[in-house]
Amino acid sequence: MIHVLLIVFIITLFYMSIANRMMTYINVLAFQGVLLFFVVFIQLSEIGVVNLTLILLETIVFKSLAVPIFLSYLLKRNNITREAEPFLPNFVSLVITTSIVVVNILIATMIDDTHLDKIFFVVALSTLFFGLYLIATRRKIITHVMGYMVIENGVFVLSLAIGNEMPILVNLGIMLDIFASVLILGIFMNKIGDVFKDVDVDQLSNLKDY
Amino acid sequence: MVIIYLLGSIAVVLTLFFSRNKQFVFSLLGLFLVWQSWFTLKASTLLGTTDSVYFTFDSLGILLLVTLTIIAIPAAIHSYIYIENHHEPPRSRSLYLASMILLIMAITAGYLSNHIAVTWIFTEITTLSASALIYHHRNKLALEGTWKYVFICAISITFIFIGILFLSLSLQQAGSDNLSFSNLLANSKELNPVWLRMAFLFIFTGFTAKLGLVPMFTAGIDAKDTAPAPAGALMASVLMNLGFVGIFRFYVVIANTPLLHWAQLVVGSAAFLSLFVATVYMLKVKNIKRMFAYSGIEHMGIVMLGIAAGGIGYYAAILHIVLHAFVKSSLFFQYNQLYRVFQSKSITHLGNYFKYNPTGAIVLLLGFVSSAAMPPSGLFVSEFLIFKSIFDAKQILLLVVVLLLLTMIIWAFGKNIFKVLFVPVEGFDDSQVVKISQWESLSQYLLLALAVYLGLNPPPIFVQLINDSIILLPH
Repeated sequence: MIHVLLIVFIITLFYMSIANRMMTYINVLAFQGVLLFFVVFIQLSEIGVVNLTLILLETIVFKSLAVPIFLSYLLKRNNITREAEPFLPNFVSLVITTSIVVVNILIATMIDDTHLDKIFFVVALSTLFFGLYLIATRRKIITHVMGYMVIENGVFVLSLAIGNEMPILVNLGIMLDIFASVLILGIFMNKIGDVFKDVDVDQLSNLKDY
Repeated sequence: MVIIYLLGSIAVVLTLFFSRNKQFVFSLLGLFLVWQSWFTLKASTLLGTTDSVYFTFDSLGILLLVTLTIIAIPAAIHSYIYIENHHEPPRSRSLYLASMILLIMAITAGYLSNHIAVTWIFTEITTLSASALIYHHRNKLALEGTWKYVFICAISITFIFIGILFLSLSLQQAGSDNLSFSNLLANSKELNPVWLRMAFLFIFTGFTAKLGLVPMFTAGIDAKDTAPAPAGALMASVLMNLGFVGIFRFYVVIANTPLLHWAQLVVGSAAFLSLFVATVYMLKVKNIKRMFAYSGIEHMGIVMLGIAAGGIGYYAAILHIVLHAFVKSSLFFQYNQLYRVFQSKSITHLGNYFKYNPTGAIVLLLGFVSSAAMPPSGLFVSEFLIFKSIFDAKQILLLVVVLLLLTMIIWAFGKNIFKVLFVPVEGFDDSQVVKISQWESLSQYLLLALAVYLGLNPPPIFVQLINDSIILLPH
């Protein structure tokens, strides 16, 4: 069951790589939060009830409700156009995402370790590199924020793989997640949208060496 | 005791944050300096003991902590001058001082922590406080710098976290779950090499954002450019040392495993690339503050080359980061006086500084001599030892290329500095130039003299501390 959920998680990445609208990205992020909720529920069977509740709340309340609602509020407030404006065509995007996943599967088959379920490794690293790819190839600053959220989800999957042995690391991951998201979204919310009317990375090139 | 220190500092930060009265705010700053010095002295007497489970007063931590406290005092004085000259509104003044104290506190705790996750948490706090300092001017450029810094640091911190996850996977094979550096070292023979490699790659990449090395160096450059110069001085010296501590403590673990050679290769390539990048930017940079920042990248590249080469290079690397912190912070402190004279940071608009502020101009000249590692600068000794270690490691080709790159850097640095010092700018109206008090340069003379003294005639206790910090590395 857990494998099915994680494979669906990978499929969301493919979907995200060819999506055109900003709202689609936000919906996919919310959906990933729901997927993670079930993964946590099944995977972390050995940890205490209080801690488990905390982690479950983080996935459902923070990842799939608070962040998406906040992002769509930002879209409306700053009148950001609904196109994602990628630098590359969708076909190339899909090919690159596929190759990221394939390379990670190849790496995973080379590793010989009985402590880790390989699929966690594949999903986590694919998500991480896909997030970096998303940041590198989208024009709007808010898509960079979404790319960062995708990376956070990938890290969360990886921390679940060892969550039964070291629940403290899952908690640290949650702390990082909330801290960094609030910091980034806070700056975006308060300032970027007001100062840079058309929020586009081309505007962030005034700091230069000459 | 560390807990008491942290609680006390947080109390000062919170009080500062909510108070607006000028005298009160600055006396709190003075109080914090006393508190910080007291803690440093107390920590030095407790050398070698562990406190509050997660903190150890080891040689490297104490050495860098003393460096931090020495630099923090002029940083506070220059912040006072800076705020007085800019007529800051009370709110912005309190926020600035509170973030600066939070930064110093987080760096202190990061130096002393003996657990990789604790180092990581305090690195996060430095990102938070540094971003408040970078955003101090609240204009478009400051916002751009803050955004880039926060975003890149957030990604780097995530990378470090992934590295910690891999490290715990690696440690599971040894049947342990304690991620403190001493436990990692004790189990270093049983760590799973595949996960250890992954962990090192991610943790190294993550800490390069603070250390200022390829690949994540860009964030630090923008940060030091847009932050007020006294804060920039802290970021260009002691905050970089925090990145060094993070990498170095983990490097000690990996150096005691069969992966030593591979790790040397990784660190060495990143260091060489940083030197190369620093050279390229130094040749074309026209903003004097960014030039100082790129010079920091160059020095960190040299430090990491020393670490990668091993042998005497370990000793020289630690010596180099301490001396570099003094030299680079003094250059940043001088920058504010320079800016008050010319009202610009572009080298094209700066010139003939000797005429307007001779005392400060000599600081700039001595700072250049020190930073270029010419004798009698203390950095000459450490750089010479690092080159010797590269020579001993039989990397002659690498040494030749590094020396060529350094020659280009010295040429570019010298060309710009001598233009600022001697060449008059056409059309510069010097009737409006403000008179700078000579006393403002005093702290920089002291810092530069300290760097010379420690380099040429290191006191035995200083040598002892450095030797103790590298004792766990294989020689």
